[in-house]
Amino acid sequence: MLTAAFNDPVLDAQATFRAVLGAAAQPGTIAELSRVPAAPPPLSAGAAAIALTLCDRETPLWLDSTLLSSPTTVRWLRFHTGAPIVDDAGSAAFAFVSAPEQLPPFDHFNLGTAEYPDRSTTIVLQIRSFREGPRFALTGPGIRIREQMQAAPLPGDMLQRLSANRKHFPRGVDLLFATETQMMALPRSIEVGRGD
Amino acid sequence: MAVLAEASADEIAQRLAAIDSLPAHEEIRKAESGLVMVRGRIGGDGAPFNVGEVTVSRSVVRLATNEIGYGYVLGRDHAKVRLIAYCDALMQGDYCDVVERLVLGPIRNQLVQARATRAEQAAATKVEFFTLVRGDS
Amino acid sequence: MYVAVKGGQRAIESAHRLLAHERRGDCSIPELSLAQISEQLALAVDRVMSEGSLYDRELAALAIKQARGDLIEAIFLLRAFRTTLPRFGPSEPINTGAMAVRRRISATFKDLPGGQILGPTFDYTHRLLDPELGSKAPIEPAHAPTESTAMPRVVDLLAGEDLIERSPEAEDGSPVGDLTQEPLTFPAKRDLRLQNLARGDEGFLLALGYSTQRGYGRNHPFAGEIRLGEIEVEFFAEEVGFAVPLGRITVTECQMINQFAGSPVEPPRFTRGYGLVFGHCERKAMAMALVDRALRASELGEEVKAPAQDQEFVLSHSDNIQSTGFVEHLKLPHYVDFQAELGLVRRMRAEFDRGPACASSRGAME
Repeated sequence: MLTAAFNDPVLDAQATFRAVLGAAAQPGTIAELSRVPAAPPPLSAGAAAIALTLCDRETPLWLDSTLLSSPTTVRWLRFHTGAPIVDDAGSAAFAFVSAPEQLPPFDHFNLGTAEYPDRSTTIVLQIRSFREGPRFALTGPGIRIREQMQAAPLPGDMLQRLSANRKHFPRGVDLLFATETQMMALPRSIEVGRGD
Repeated sequence: MAVLAEASADEIAQRLAAIDSLPAHEEIRKAESGLVMVRGRIGGDGAPFNVGEVTVSRSVVRLATNEIGYGYVLGRDHAKVRLIAYCDALMQGDYCDVVERLVLGPIRNQLVQARATRAEQAAATKVEFFTLVRGDS
Repeated sequence: MYVAVKGGQRAIESAHRLLAHERRGDCSIPELSLAQISEQLALAVDRVMSEGSLYDRELAALAIKQARGDLIEAIFLLRAFRTTLPRFGPSEPINTGAMAVRRRISATFKDLPGGQILGPTFDYTHRLLDPELGSKAPIEPAHAPTESTAMPRVVDLLAGEDLIERSPEAEDGSPVGDLTQEPLTFPAKRDLRLQNLARGDEGFLLALGYSTQRGYGRNHPFAGEIRLGEIEVEFFAEEVGFAVPLGRITVTECQMINQFAGSPVEPPRFTRGYGLVFGHCERKAMAMALVDRALRASELGEEVKAPAQDQEFVLSHSDNIQSTGFVEHLKLPHYVDFQAELGLVRRMRAEFDRGPACASSRGAME
C-alpha cells in the first residue's frame, strides 16, 4: 500500500537539504532531521527524507539486498523520487544501505573521474545510534582542529576503507549517516583516524 | 482523464458537488507542478527531438474505499489536478456510473461541441478552386 | 575583470519603484489583465512560449506584462522560471498527422486531399492599418460543414515515386539530445540542432532563412506544407504503466521541400527542411525549416560557404537570452579594465607623438 511522502513537499525538502548541507560543511557534527516522512521499513525515516530531497529521475539509486527485498520500499522510492533503481553500484549516484555491516567495498561504487570527481556515489548508511560503536577522530576542511564521531552499526574495516578512500582524493565516495531523525556527513576530504 | 484536461477546476468541482455522499480521499502524492519536455519528430514522422517544455501538474489520491486515482494535466492548477485524480479514483469503484453521467459525460459533450465549432470555422476558410477556361485550349 | 562595486542600493530600489510606476503608466487608463494579453495579443504569447521554451500561456502573458511588452525580456523571465520546476520526463513524440488542423496550406500542390485551409491568416489582408479596430463589434466567424476527408502529409504525396527523402529514423537506443542537460558541442546532431532552432530568436533565423533565398547557400525552397492546430501531448507515467494524455497544445509545423542534385551514389531527389514551434509562429517555423536545411549542407555533400550553413555560427548565436546576456553584460562595471586601456592608449599616444624613431618600441607594446 503506497503511502505519502513529505507532509509539506517544499518546506520539508528545504529543511532536509539545509540539514545535509550543514552536516557536510561541518563533518562529524550531528544535524537534526526534524521533518521526516513515514517511510516503509526497512527504510528509515531519516534515509527516506534524504532520498526525497536529493534523488530524482536523474540520480540512479543502488539499494542493498535488505531494502531490495521489500517491494513496498522499492515502490515507494521509485514513485516518490522517480529515480531509476540500478543493479550496478558503479552507476549509482546514491546508494542506500540499511545493513552497513554488509556494505560492499567502496570501489564497487562510483568514485568519480579526475575530470568530474563529483560524479561519484554518495552512500547513505542507516545507523542505529551515534552513541555506540568505534570512535573516530576527524580532521580536515570544516573541522576547527579535531572532531570525534561515533556510529553503529558500521563495517568492521571502516577505518581502512576511509583511509583508502582518502588516498583517491579528489575522487572517492562521500558518506551520509542517518538515524530516524538525525544525520551526520563524512565527505571524502576528511582524514579519519582512531579516536579516544 | 483527457476529457477533463480543458475543463476548469470550478466546473469539475461544481459537477461533483451534485453527487451525494462521495467518499473522502487523502493525497498520496500532493499536487505538484513540473515540466514535461515535448518531443516532436524530425520531418513530422522521423526520429524524435526535443522542442520545449510544457508545465504539467500531477496528483495521486486514495479514497477511503482504497481505490487509487492518478491525475496528470497540462498547467499549474493544483486544485484541478487533485479533482482529476479524485475522479479517476471514483471511476474505479461504485461511483463510476454517476460520475460518468454527471461529470465526465456533460464535460465531454461540451468539449466535442467546442471542437466541432472550431472545425466548422476552419472549414469555412477552405479554398474552393475553380478554373476559368480562357479562349480555345 | 569584474570589480565588486558597492553602493547604489537605494538607487536600485528607487529604480524598481520607477519601473513599476512606468509599467503601470497613466492610472486613469484601465490596467491590462493577463487574460487580455493571452487572448488579444495571442501571437506575442506564442512567441514568448516558443523562445522561452515553456508552454504556459498564463505565465507567458504575465512575463509580457511584467516586461512591459519587451518580448526578449519576457522570454528571459520565462526561462528563469523554468529552472524552478522539476522535470517529470519527456513526452511521447507528438503526432502532427493527428492534428486538429485550423490552418493548412501548400505552395507545391494546388489540390490536395483535405484541401487548402486558410485559417486565421494575415496573408490576404492588405496590410492597411485599421483605425476602427477598437470600435468595431465582435465579428462572428463563418461556418461551413466539416468533411471527414483525410489530410495526409504533402511530403508523403511525393514519397510514392521515391522523389523525396524520407525522414531520418531513430537510432535504436540512442538518447535524444537535450540542450537543457548538456552543453552544445560541434558538430551537433540534427536533433540538437532542431531543439536549438525551435527556441532560437525569430529575427535571427528569419534573416538567415532570407539569406539562403538570396544566394547564401541557395537550395530552392518550396513551402511543401504549413500546418497549424492542436495536438495531444502524452506522458508515460511510470506509476500507472501507460502513456496518459495531458491535454492539447498548439503548434505550427512547416515542411520545406528543397532540391538536391544527387551524387554518384544517390539518385536526384528532393530534400527537406523541418520547422516545428509552439503556438502560431508561422514565420519562425518557416525560417527554422530553411535554416534546418541549410545546416544539413555537409551531410548532403554540399559545400559549406554561407553563414546559414555554418553550424557553429548559427547555433552559437541563435539563443536570444545567451546573446542578450553577453551584450547587456557590457553594462556591468568594467572600470578597472577601462583604466588599464586608458593608460595604454595614453602611452601609445605619447610614443606616437615622439615620432618614428620609437616605432619599434610601439610594435613591442602591441
